[in-house]
Amino acid sequence: MSVETIMQDCRDLLELLPAQALSKAQQRYPHVGGLAVFPVYAPLEIIHAAGLMPVGLFGAGDKVELSHADARFQSFICSIAKSTLELFLRGEMKAFAGVVFSSICDVARNLASLVRRNAPELYVEYLHLPQNMYSAASQDYTRAEFERFRTNLARHLGRSIPDAAVARSLELYNQVRARTRELYELRRARPGVISAADTYAVVQAGTRMMPEEFAELLEDLLFNLRQRTGRARDGVQVVLEGAFCEQPPLALVETIEAAGCIIQDDDLVVGWRLFSDDVPVHDDPLGALAQAYLRDSVYTSVRHDRDRPRTEGLTRRVERAGAGAVLFTPAKFCEPALLDYVLFRQRLDETGCPHLKIEFEEKMWTFEATRTEVETFAESMLFD
Amino acid sequence: MPATTSPSRDYRGIIHQLSRDIMTGWMTQLKEATHDGTPAGYLMISGNCVEILRCFDILPVFPEINALQLAIRKNSLPYIIKSEEIGYASDNCAYVKADVGYTLCGGVGVDGNTPKPALIICNFVGCNVYIKWFEHCSAMMNVPLVMLDIPFLREDHPSDADVQYVLCQLRELIAHCERLTGRKFDIDRLREILHHSARAEDGWSRAKDLCKNRPAPFDAYFDSINMMGPINALRGTKEAADFFDRTVAEYEGMVADGLGVLDEERFRIVVEGPPPYPHYRNFRNLFETWKAVAVQSTYSTVGGIWEFGFRHDPNRPLESIAEQMILHNLCNRSLLERYKQIQSYVRDWQADALVIHGIKSCRLFSAGQGDMREYFAREMGVPTLMVESDLEDPRYYAEAQIKNRIDAFFEALQYKRLRGERAEAARAEQVEAR
Ligand code: SF4
Ligand code: SF4
Repeated sequence: MSVETIMQDCRDLLELLPAQALSKAQQRYPHVGGLAVFPVYAPLEIIHAAGLMPVGLFGAGDKVELSHADARFQSFICSIAKSTLELFLRGEMKAFAGVVFSSICDVARNLASLVRRNAPELYVEYLHLPQNMYSAASQDYTRAEFERFRTNLARHLGRSIPDAAVARSLELYNQVRARTRELYELRRARPGVISAADTYAVVQAGTRMMPEEFAELLEDLLFNLRQRTGRARDGVQVVLEGAFCEQPPLALVETIEAAGCIIQDDDLVVGWRLFSDDVPVHDDPLGALAQAYLRDSVYTSVRHDRDRPRTEGLTRRVERAGAGAVLFTPAKFCEPALLDYVLFRQRLDETGCPHLKIEFEEKMWTFEATRTEVETFAESMLFD
Repeated sequence: MPATTSPSRDYRGIIHQLSRDIMTGWMTQLKEATHDGTPAGYLMISGNCVEILRCFDILPVFPEINALQLAIRKNSLPYIIKSEEIGYASDNCAYVKADVGYTLCGGVGVDGNTPKPALIICNFVGCNVYIKWFEHCSAMMNVPLVMLDIPFLREDHPSDADVQYVLCQLRELIAHCERLTGRKFDIDRLREILHHSARAEDGWSRAKDLCKNRPAPFDAYFDSINMMGPINALRGTKEAADFFDRTVAEYEGMVADGLGVLDEERFRIVVEGPPPYPHYRNFRNLFETWKAVAVQSTYSTVGGIWEFGFRHDPNRPLESIAEQMILHNLCNRSLLERYKQIQSYVRDWQADALVIHGIKSCRLFSAGQGDMREYFAREMGVPTLMVESDLEDPRYYAEAQIKNRIDAFFEALQYKRLRGERAEAARAEQVEAR
């Protein structure tokens, strides 16, 4: 497949509602069910090993009108929570075997309750992912939490999810994550061959495909991209930070690029590519996943890590990317992102790294003001 | 019928004064500790393990209480603005902003009223903002943060792994305190402290139970604040336990005399959500005008839920501390568990209505309260009112609007009751006539 075809397929996939994406996958994998995964992270391997396709549940973008959820969630709640609830209230998630949420923030936690009450026929799981990475009990706890997830899911489905199956899925996801890392590295090294918006479209579309299929697609894409000779435009090299949960409209990323920024790294869809290295596959795959979560996760705003503070993480990311600036792109009303902004900003000020904050929401439809703002920011840097 | 009347009383009463006295004692200690080198430890209110700090004579400092006091004394806004200047968003929890602003302005440390902590214990019990707040404090003051990650209650009971994880972290905290103070952990001392805790919890629970009487002897929303300081911050001291003995005696006396908190108790309500501290008195007045008394409230249980029987147990010291942190407080339980809690309040405390106060700052409480209203009003048939403002930021309190809604609600409730009474009277007449 050509790069253009791949890109078009990915973008088309993003136009669908989650259930439509699942039904599309079922054309190729007829016996596979779906489990919706609310950001940021869930052990996808367990879901996949259960014979289900993990489907990223990043709200509904601008694809549904809010007619019910607005009455349940107040105006100061992020759009992903509202549109996600709307999908359930409208019965748009019935095709799924269930949904998993985790302890990322107060809103997501209450959302899980609302889904449980308003979609009682669905299997709803809530994971408490650890916030203490260094207790002597952290590994046991995390492994047990993954085990609890596996046991509950197996009970719900009425079939077991053996270690061997999880290990096979782990290998597959290792491949997906490794190729995703390669894609990012390629883009960093040769920004001319693929834009950040396209990378984002591919990675997000990957949350709506079977990993088998996505691994193939990535291989294909990487092969084609390596043949390309695109030359990078001039521009300010930046890192995007803050969209780890609700995902910005593709047009926002395109606008930022069009306004003169070369996005060298970002935390988009970060939960699906959380580990910075392959997870070792051995006879205790859940233990390996737990270990990876504790020791090998990249920093995110929803995970406290005493010895690897986020501010360090961002500084390192900026350095590694060779970026000259940071664009904060928090979702509107996203408490963890907005709170982290304070410490990030302080750190960047100390290191003399320029930054700009641009909030987004799902229903954002005009990008003119953002474009002007980013252009002004980029220009000010070029002439500094 | 409106319940028994009583002579007009000072709404704050003696319990308010007693509470003030012991809280002032603690605050004086805090002030002294800014100079005298007593080690202090930051802690959050929800499901806290203050007993462990007490065991090492580490002074507990609660930034939430600091924020609350700034708000109730109408001092919060300048500090909130100070924080917004350094990057906090208008949508961030204003408790955090007020406290951070206060710290930046010198409120913590030798020139302030609060000692600089020797350690920051992040008891992550439910609220995710806690983590950020204490990460900020830790970065701002360069003080180590000790994470106490408490698994959220996501099934009926915590798993064995949940409990083991918490116990292990508690032991690690104890080791940390030993290093900090150079003292050995004394489990007998902890048992004694927990004995005081259980006594206070017993008092709390008995006081809350007295509100099942008509009229209720105190307002379980507005007056609960008098008991919340002692139970959450001073728990484990003899003073707090004694305070609850006095409290119960006072309220039992009132019940025996048929006295209520107001001269008349016309409506019994359950209140959900924190109060608007910057406008506390005004907000209270809006209910008092209608002779509406809160007989229960969810907010009063953020630190711990004692009224359903849980007590710290000196015979199972660390185990019972862990159980309280995981299970027996509002914050670590799901919204649906809160629905059940409210249901039991409405039923067992015989309330006429539910009032939801939605708080912009606090998504832990407020995210999804529209669903709660839907559930209680439509499915449970409980008259439900929802008003919105903030617990810390005075700018979000629109009194005229709130008043209109409260008035309209109670007017409707009164009308409904009158109609019911008339229908009842008509029925009685018919029976009589037969
Ligand atoms: S966007 Fe932010 S506030 Fe909303 S659910 Fe995600 S993490 Fe929570
Ligand atoms: S969000 Fe709510 S519970 Fe959390 S710190 Fe703020 S006021 Fe307290």
